[in-house]
Amino acid sequence: MREPTGPPAIPPGEPLLAVDEVSVRFGAIQALDRVSLEIRRGEIAAIIGPNGAGKTTLLNVISGFYHPSEGHIRFEGRDRTRLRPYDVAALGVARTFQNVALFKGMSVLDNIMTGRLLKMRGSFLLEALYWGPAMRQELLHRAFVERIIDFLEIEAIRKAGAGTLPYGLQKRVELARALAAEPKLLLLDEPMAGMNVEEKEDMCRFILGVNDEFGTTIALIEHDMSVVMDISDRVIALDYGRKIADGRPDEVRADQGVIDAYLGVSHA
Amino acid sequence: MIYREAGQFKSTYASDQALFPIRQDRVVVGLAVAAAVIAVPLVADEYWLQAVLIPFLIYALAALGLNLLTGYAGQVSLGTGGFMAVGGYAAFKLTSAFPGMNVLVAFLLAGLVTALVGLVFGLPSLRIKGFYLAVATLAAQFFLLWLFNKVAWFTDYASSGTITAPPRTVASIMVTGPAATAPVRYLTALAFVALFALVAKNLVRGRVGRSWMAIRDRDIAAEIIGVRPLRTKLLAFAISSFFCGVAGAEYVFLYLGSAETQAFDINVSFLVLFMVIIGGLGSILGSFLGAAFIVMVPIFLTNVPHLLGLAMPVALQKQIELMVFGGLIIAFLIVEPHGLARLWQIAKEKLRLWPFPY
Amino acid sequence: MLELLYGVLVGPVKDMASSPTFLAEVVIGGLAAGLMYSLVALGFVLIYKASGVFNFAQGVMVLFAALTLVGLMERGAPLVLALLVTMAVMGALAFAIERVVLRPLVNQEQIILFMATIGLNFFLEGFGELVWGSNVKKLDVGIPDSSFVVWGVQVNRLELTAAITAAVLVAAMAVFFQRTRIGRALRAVADDHEAALSIGIPLNTIWVVVWSAAGLVAIVAGIMWGAKSGVQFSLSLIALKALPVLILGGFTSVPGAIVGGLIIGVGEKIAEVYWGPLVGGAIENWFAYVLALAFLLFRPQGLFGERIIERV
Repeated sequence: MREPTGPPAIPPGEPLLAVDEVSVRFGAIQALDRVSLEIRRGEIAAIIGPNGAGKTTLLNVISGFYHPSEGHIRFEGRDRTRLRPYDVAALGVARTFQNVALFKGMSVLDNIMTGRLLKMRGSFLLEALYWGPAMRQELLHRAFVERIIDFLEIEAIRKAGAGTLPYGLQKRVELARALAAEPKLLLLDEPMAGMNVEEKEDMCRFILGVNDEFGTTIALIEHDMSVVMDISDRVIALDYGRKIADGRPDEVRADQGVIDAYLGVSHA
Repeated sequence: MIYREAGQFKSTYASDQALFPIRQDRVVVGLAVAAAVIAVPLVADEYWLQAVLIPFLIYALAALGLNLLTGYAGQVSLGTGGFMAVGGYAAFKLTSAFPGMNVLVAFLLAGLVTALVGLVFGLPSLRIKGFYLAVATLAAQFFLLWLFNKVAWFTDYASSGTITAPPRTVASIMVTGPAATAPVRYLTALAFVALFALVAKNLVRGRVGRSWMAIRDRDIAAEIIGVRPLRTKLLAFAISSFFCGVAGAEYVFLYLGSAETQAFDINVSFLVLFMVIIGGLGSILGSFLGAAFIVMVPIFLTNVPHLLGLAMPVALQKQIELMVFGGLIIAFLIVEPHGLARLWQIAKEKLRLWPFPY
Repeated sequence: MLELLYGVLVGPVKDMASSPTFLAEVVIGGLAAGLMYSLVALGFVLIYKASGVFNFAQGVMVLFAALTLVGLMERGAPLVLALLVTMAVMGALAFAIERVVLRPLVNQEQIILFMATIGLNFFLEGFGELVWGSNVKKLDVGIPDSSFVVWGVQVNRLELTAAITAAVLVAAMAVFFQRTRIGRALRAVADDHEAALSIGIPLNTIWVVVWSAAGLVAIVAGIMWGAKSGVQFSLSLIALKALPVLILGGFTSVPGAIVGGLIIGVGEKIAEVYWGPLVGGAIENWFAYVLALAFLLFRPQGLFGERIIERV
């Protein structure tokens, strides 16, 4: 698969992504309130919290879709708070979306190939001719995308229209599209939503596989606590736009603030 | 059964991504091309060439252009007539200023000029979406036509306000002008539209087409994935306008002979939009099917009552034409929003299984 | 070069200043034309606000209403009877549109519905011409097209009546949408068809009501236009002008439609009268669209429209 990456270009100990006192307002609503966190290379971090806590907003601000009213975001040590979304993507950040943002008018294969866009160098003139350099490039990328399709076990549906797929498969295709960009940081917004136990197990397997084999750093928003406990190295909890806990899964699970806000107490 | 593709396995990605992966398709297309190039000029009479086939090919090219912009890239445009006008007038100015220029080159240069104009009018598309953009393209439509009307330079100061295609030869064959025969003009239009269709197909099945469709389907997600919206939309406007500009040049030089701005008014914009909707948004084949359909409706309406022995006054025919167009648009959008192209696909699916029902 | 700048920037302004009464008359003429646009735009806003559909056929509905009214009056019906029958016809039209066009397309994307209304536009154009003929008709509603003088400025009776009628209509619509239960239901429908259906709002009835109301506005607009310049087919093309009005005013704002229409009307007239001669005239053909375009670049939601916040 992908060649193992060499030694990191930045001093070890520097986090891959640093969110520093970031605030986001929508009119009167404070969606994020001076949130600070770090995501370190190679780890799987889970972001949890009740609905409306600001989790998706956090991912959106990292993606560059919103710009924070205060605070900074550093990726690989450099400040990139004001970048446009496509520039953030070019840095190596890929993501999936809460409501599955597949391109319904295209096939699964084309959707995943779209994920590959950042790696495609081309001029439209060459592509108008197709035969020659453009075709060779297209086939190269097709070969890479097919490896992702193999990895996520979606060979059978590669020509299907993305809009015709059941929800669980759509989420898997979305993951494939994100992986096609060979990202350094993968942001997943509720990748297990609406899945049954088997599908969740498959998804966990894929996520762990991506982290293991490619060394991709992963941050995911997730509501299913058993999944969170199982696969994450670290858990960050948000509530009303503020960070209320940050640490190892078992630490966060035991944190009183988190229990009050989100987890609740079991009455055995 | 006829259309069964069992046994045709693809062992390389290259063959999977070929233009016509299925053997039956290759046969049919081969036959169609042979018929179009060889049989038609021999068999068809003047009326069919002049009134049906030549305008069909020209409109198909314009529909192709609009389909790239609206069907693939999702940018609604009501300015097609205006862009065709740019092509027509640009070709006229080029041929009158450079009498030695090959007229086919003039067509292409006219397309290039139109592409630049399209680029300018496409700039608002970064801020404006959906029907707002349609209104912005209306600005292009009305402004351009007003410009060509008012500024006499565009018509070489002709008192009649019309532009006339000068006679030009290519390899000693008269291609434009009163002496150019219908078969020659037909073949010229055919060559252009075939070439452009190939280019369009190549673009839409590759990187450019995918970035267009991504913007069309979910522009925000596309941007977050790395698609650059302005660049993508501007490319769509430029290429689409190029197509429409060449179509406009052909419209004057190969079909009308001479034209005023009225030939490019808002009705043309609507007509081409109808072709694209009925034919199928986001389909190369659909552009052809839609153009054929729209060109045939008036012919049908003229000839059928005649065949049935009914006399229909011209005004009534126009009214029924409007009603039929309007009604068909609604019917298509209800029954098959993806147009004739999808119906064709469904027919092929059925052919795959025929004579079995499922 | 300096001459050019002078001609474009200073000359017209001097012209305006030199004859204030003429300027006032141009402005009033612009307001009157703008009011006509506003009335058409009102119909758009009504339908868009209530069903989320951008009704491209609004202009042709104005024409159709005017044609029906005139047609009936030509056949001897008195004004009031003709008016009642026309209202019934527009109601029937609304019913037919709901059944044939809207119901099958429920919850499709906006662009599909928009294109369906383009189809509707052409259908009604052909149909109207078929039924009522294509020559220009004079519409007489008993209000003389004469002027009286106020403070040295000419004011046209017909235009004044139109202004008052429009004001009443707008007030009525504003109250309707904000205060009544039906108005609230309509706003829900405009937001999301399926969601509205799922909470029990009777979509079909609502749509018939709304399109009938738009038909009523169309009748008023048709009368005003028709009385002024005769009922003819250029009426539906003039309705295209309502689009820039909507852009200025915002698609969902009733006061926006009025203000937008007035701005466009006055802007057009002033541009034509004072700058037109510099470039050979007929600026009116495109001025409204270019103005709207310029506006869109700075304020995509129009003067009064709601700011669209997109979420991912």
